[in-house]
Amino acid sequence: MKTYLTTAAALALMAGTAQAEGKLSVYHWFEYMPQELVDKFEAETGIEVTIDTYDSNEAMLAALKAGKIGQYDVAVPGDYMVAIMGHEGLLGSFTPEELPNFAKIDPKWVDVPFDPARKHSIPYQWGSTAFSVNRDVYQGDINTLAMIFDPPDELKGKINVLDSQGEVLALGSLYLGIPQCSTDKAQLKALNDMLLNAKQYWASFGSDTAKEVLVSGDAAAGMIYNGFSAKARAEGAKVEYAYPKEGYVLWMDNMVLLKDAPNRENALKFMNFLLEPENAAAVTNYAAYTAGVMGVEPFLDEAIKTSPENNPPADGPTGVFIEACDEATQKYYDAIWTNLKK
Amino acid sequence: MAGGVLPPPSNRGGTGWGPLRVPLLIPTWVMIGIFLLLPVLLMAVYSFLTKEFRGGVIWDFTLAAYDQFFFDRGLFGDEPPVIEWTYISIFWRSIWQAGVATLACLLVGFPTAWFIATRAPAQRTVWLFLITIPYWVNLLIRTVSLKFLIRDNGPLNEALIGLGLLDHPLPLVNTNLAVQLGLFYSYLPFMVLPIYAAVERYNFALSEAASDLYAGRWTILREIVLPMVRPGIVAGCILVFVPSLGAFLAPDLLGGAKTYMIGSLIDEQFKGSQGNWPFGAAIAVILMTMVLMVLMAQARAALKGERK
Repeated sequence: MKTYLTTAAALALMAGTAQAEGKLSVYHWFEYMPQELVDKFEAETGIEVTIDTYDSNEAMLAALKAGKIGQYDVAVPGDYMVAIMGHEGLLGSFTPEELPNFAKIDPKWVDVPFDPARKHSIPYQWGSTAFSVNRDVYQGDINTLAMIFDPPDELKGKINVLDSQGEVLALGSLYLGIPQCSTDKAQLKALNDMLLNAKQYWASFGSDTAKEVLVSGDAAAGMIYNGFSAKARAEGAKVEYAYPKEGYVLWMDNMVLLKDAPNRENALKFMNFLLEPENAAAVTNYAAYTAGVMGVEPFLDEAIKTSPENNPPADGPTGVFIEACDEATQKYYDAIWTNLKK
Repeated sequence: MAGGVLPPPSNRGGTGWGPLRVPLLIPTWVMIGIFLLLPVLLMAVYSFLTKEFRGGVIWDFTLAAYDQFFFDRGLFGDEPPVIEWTYISIFWRSIWQAGVATLACLLVGFPTAWFIATRAPAQRTVWLFLITIPYWVNLLIRTVSLKFLIRDNGPLNEALIGLGLLDHPLPLVNTNLAVQLGLFYSYLPFMVLPIYAAVERYNFALSEAASDLYAGRWTILREIVLPMVRPGIVAGCILVFVPSLGAFLAPDLLGGAKTYMIGSLIDEQFKGSQGNWPFGAAIAVILMTMVLMVLMAQARAALKGERK
């Protein structure tokens, strides 16, 4: 009975602090934030955190536009989606002075094209999207996008591509050496025809299954995010992540302050918390991508620090961000994607 | 026979509830209004609105969504319109897959239901229970499990190779056959249960009588049993066909998502980067119209059958 009373009192106290310190409502990707980190933030600040999850940038945008804006404080869109949300007027702003840890952001990620000078967002994690090849099946040079779009015989019919318009069309454009938001009819036609031809070599489209098909052996090559590929390797797949010479897709997830955030102060506390190198490293250790904060090295797991997926060759090709095309141009790319999947 | 599709009003009205009739009906009307009519109406209205870039709608009425469905103006929208086959072929593919799955369910479900209905009453409960057990597991998990079973290096192929029947694995995953298998497996009980209910009510004395009159087994099945249990078969077919038509779990997981099905095409309009809500709504309206037409034709045929 006494324990019961103590527990009740403790609960009441906790409820009291939670109320005093308020709440924080996070809209986040699934499996992208270790629970221990959330617990740590709650313990440090007494703020009660609730997290809802989504499984694609587009699903998040659709939900916010359908009326959930004003309900969440922060979300974690990818690079091009930050730009889109900015255009749509869905973002709140802050000044660097409001985030004491702002200076810890890696300088190369401060003035980014999708949010110049970081008025709405902070880096969360970044990585690349290319592909991995099972080295038992194919032993030749894999550092070319031809592995996916014009594959050697060993890989034909054993390729998984991401079920995601942005990544597939961007990598296809890199392979052909054409700009991402082209309005040139000949280039668009070439992209359309190249993809339609490549499709005969593909076994499946799948994003959330991208790792699993490589581990199970259903696919011998597959478009994949670098961290996902590292996890596949850790689970026993004999895969090597490629840095194709034509270039590859870079992406960066960012935590943004949303417009009409109900708990703006707490949102900024949380963003500042995530810029702390130890906390940024905790996310990296969990997700196997790369933090956009300086000074994380001492807190990183050894396996992450040395993994080939997180350390592109110094003399290798560079990655590019996916561009957000304007409406008239986007229409062509939508049509190409529908052609590909019809 | 002039007019009147409704059955004779033998048990309608005058049930003695009097003034309580309307208040008692209000909950039903509210339910139907809020959960059936309102969403369908909303969908229909949205299908005539203008799409907003990257999701959302602008309140300008237009037929653009239906135009996009039926007419093809080329990759750049500057060619003279011709019939757009893309979406019609997606519909056709979905209908075909759902049709094959329904037929397979019927061929397996009818004998199964017959078998169960002809056991002793105590045994029937056990058999029905066994039929439903796998369906207590989430559909997603069952579909993924099926994929594990039929994959190139899964137990099925390993067994076939181990027995020396094959020397290469049978490619099943990421084929249309796998999709049909998945749909068949997902919806089989929806076929078995209604047919079972119909067969259970069937009076087997009729079969004996026909047999006494020198009808062969085939004739008995065709002329007596099938007409008697027809409502169960029709109900089973509808219950399997309609959800199969909109399914996207099986096509995505077992078929490799290489081609759109109706369900995934609609999904993409709301969640994908295309974000074309009016078009998604228009596809849903067209699909619903088609399904309603089939159901109404079936209902008319059933009524005619009863009057005979």
